Amino acid sequence: MKKGKLSFLIIVVLVAGMILAACGGGDDKSDEGKKEDNGTDNFSVAMVTDMGGVDDKSFNQSAWEGLQAYGEKYGLEKGDNGFDYLESQGDADYMPNLNTLVRRNFDLIFGIGFLLQEPIDEIAKQHPDAHFGIVDSVVESDNVVSVLFKEQEAAFLAGVAAAKETKTNKIGFVGGMESDVIDRFENGFRAGVHAVNPDINVEVKYVGSFNDANKAKQIANQMYTSGVDIIFHAAGGSGNGVFTEAKERKESNPNANIWVIGVDSDQFEEGQVGEYNITLTSAMKRVDVAVQDVIEKSKDGDFPGGKVLTYGLAENGVSLSTTGDHMSEETLNTVKEYEDKIRNGEITPPGNKDELTEYLNQ
Amino acid sequence: MNKKRFVTFFIPVLAILLGLIVGAIIMIISGYDPIVGYTQLWEGIFGDPYVIGETVRQITPYILSGLAVAFAFKTGLFNIGVEGQLIVGWFAAVWVGLSFELPAVIHIPLAVLAAGIAGSLWAFIPGILKARLGVNEVVVTIMLNYVALHVTNALIRGIAGKDTTDRIAETASLRIPFFEEITMYSRMHGGIFIAIIAVIIIYFILQKTKLGYELKSVGFNQDASKYAGMNVSRNIVISMVISGFLAGLAGAMEGLGTFEYAATKTGTTGIGFDGIAVAVLGANHPIGVVFGAILFGGLKYGSLNMPNPPAQIPSEMITVIIAIIIFFVASGYLFQWLYEKFSKKKGVK
Repeated sequence: MKKGKLSFLIIVVLVAGMILAACGGGDDKSDEGKKEDNGTDNFSVAMVTDMGGVDDKSFNQSAWEGLQAYGEKYGLEKGDNGFDYLESQGDADYMPNLNTLVRRNFDLIFGIGFLLQEPIDEIAKQHPDAHFGIVDSVVESDNVVSVLFKEQEAAFLAGVAAAKETKTNKIGFVGGMESDVIDRFENGFRAGVHAVNPDINVEVKYVGSFNDANKAKQIANQMYTSGVDIIFHAAGGSGNGVFTEAKERKESNPNANIWVIGVDSDQFEEGQVGEYNITLTSAMKRVDVAVQDVIEKSKDGDFPGGKVLTYGLAENGVSLSTTGDHMSEETLNTVKEYEDKIRNGEITPPGNKDELTEYLNQ
Repeated sequence: MNKKRFVTFFIPVLAILLGLIVGAIIMIISGYDPIVGYTQLWEGIFGDPYVIGETVRQITPYILSGLAVAFAFKTGLFNIGVEGQLIVGWFAAVWVGLSFELPAVIHIPLAVLAAGIAGSLWAFIPGILKARLGVNEVVVTIMLNYVALHVTNALIRGIAGKDTTDRIAETASLRIPFFEEITMYSRMHGGIFIAIIAVIIIYFILQKTKLGYELKSVGFNQDASKYAGMNVSRNIVISMVISGFLAGLAGAMEGLGTFEYAATKTGTTGIGFDGIAVAVLGANHPIGVVFGAILFGGLKYGSLNMPNPPAQIPSEMITVIIAIIIFFVASGYLFQWLYEKFSKKKGVK
């Protein structure tokens, strides 16, 4: 009797399984059809994200937009023989993801973020015939192209804008984690503020993580309470906390003079609160532009292997967004002035603490 | 007796089947093909030598972190700090791997031992606080996870001057060229032997020694153990220290095997927290933990293959499906309970 009940349960489960299996079978054909479409051999590209994922509103997303734009331009489809991405849930996933893409025969494979430096280095040695790119870090190998940005140039201009727009002469900087890239943002920004008005106090705080929005919100709360009116965040996903805090303050008091400067992509949308918008500007890092540039070069048979490509203002790799027209005419003119000075080499924004000290002593 | 065997074998199998079916329903609802999806999951675990090697690589630290949680649990302690103990172990192993020049026969054991001791020290703190002052070990271990994460991040940046350390010396590496050859350069490494040896030793300690008997006794009932003349405080500390040692070894697997370097982390690795689930799946038994780790590690690694064509299931979706399968397996006890209740009622009639 008891056994009968259990076996009944097992039968129910198995039958249900078979029914579901039958349901699923129908879709198979469409997949087969897709495969046949890709008869010609395209120049295919793929990327592996870091833990931020492809929708991080930051450099992973920007890189993916670059790939999509490339795909659209040449009429390619997402998937094999076109363009694709794989997301990583943890540090251990980088290698298997890269390996999978190599075996899916992509012509060029990007690793996005400095966390992928070691994995790219290793896979490049294992597959000397495959081509790789690394964003935000350097890998010395003949089949790897390294893509860097002059974040300090965009951050410098953001600093200039903030210094012109502040009413309280107190400005905040919220960093994600201390690293070379964020160092360039911080020091460039501080130099930019200093260039306009050396008396402005820049408060610098680090979240210690790129995905802890709660902590970033607390830091922003402290800063705004202490009289800071503009915060520049270079904190990836944590930066959403800065936006949340600023929006809450704007919502409870529409007259509050509170601003956030976004990072990596144009973060105008993040700053929308009712009819107001608190995104002053964004220090954009055009990973999409850089990625497309590298793809185009490689497609034409000119893969820049072993080289370090640095994208700055001159290469359209970084810029300051103006969506929403929140900056005054005067501010824009000053920003333009400094932009020209950077372009013609009159000013070299500092990229680390030593360079900043040197810059301030000039 | 036979009937009991039948039940203990079939209930987990039934639970896994149910989990797979519910996962399939979710895939159908979201417009994905479950057959293709599961085929790719299977291929992601057993498809070719490379993925088999990588699956073993994924399972290795899970065995040790699961064992760490299970061991502390036998003494009635919730070691939520496996994560932090693993991180300090990882760092210690890499530090030894980088700073010494020794022949492999000494270097590897030394680095592995350093990782274990670092984990032990990290677990000793909540252990002694619990034993002496009755401080709740859950709170202390959770907090120490954050301390471990940020202290090692600062140390890595301070010592290396960048976000990743150099690679450890080859003499400290757990990688075995033979494994690399037969698995198409997967990162499968010799740590699996360390994990299996650890399982055997822990099984032996728990089942065959006086220490193991005392630890379990303290876990069942502290007051009774005390009355029977056992030193409860000492047993609590010993349990935490051994648990921490195992967690530190899990860190050595990552530091000496999988990665061969230490990098600053934006968050915890998850291996320690997953260790809790592994221990639960394995019913806190050393041998059970191995099966829990195989299931958990296999699903986790295999699911990486699901976003690839033709399945193209997004990774968020996969996390949900895997979570549901684990959920059903963990609630296997529920089925068992229901089954027993059914049979009892019948008996009364």
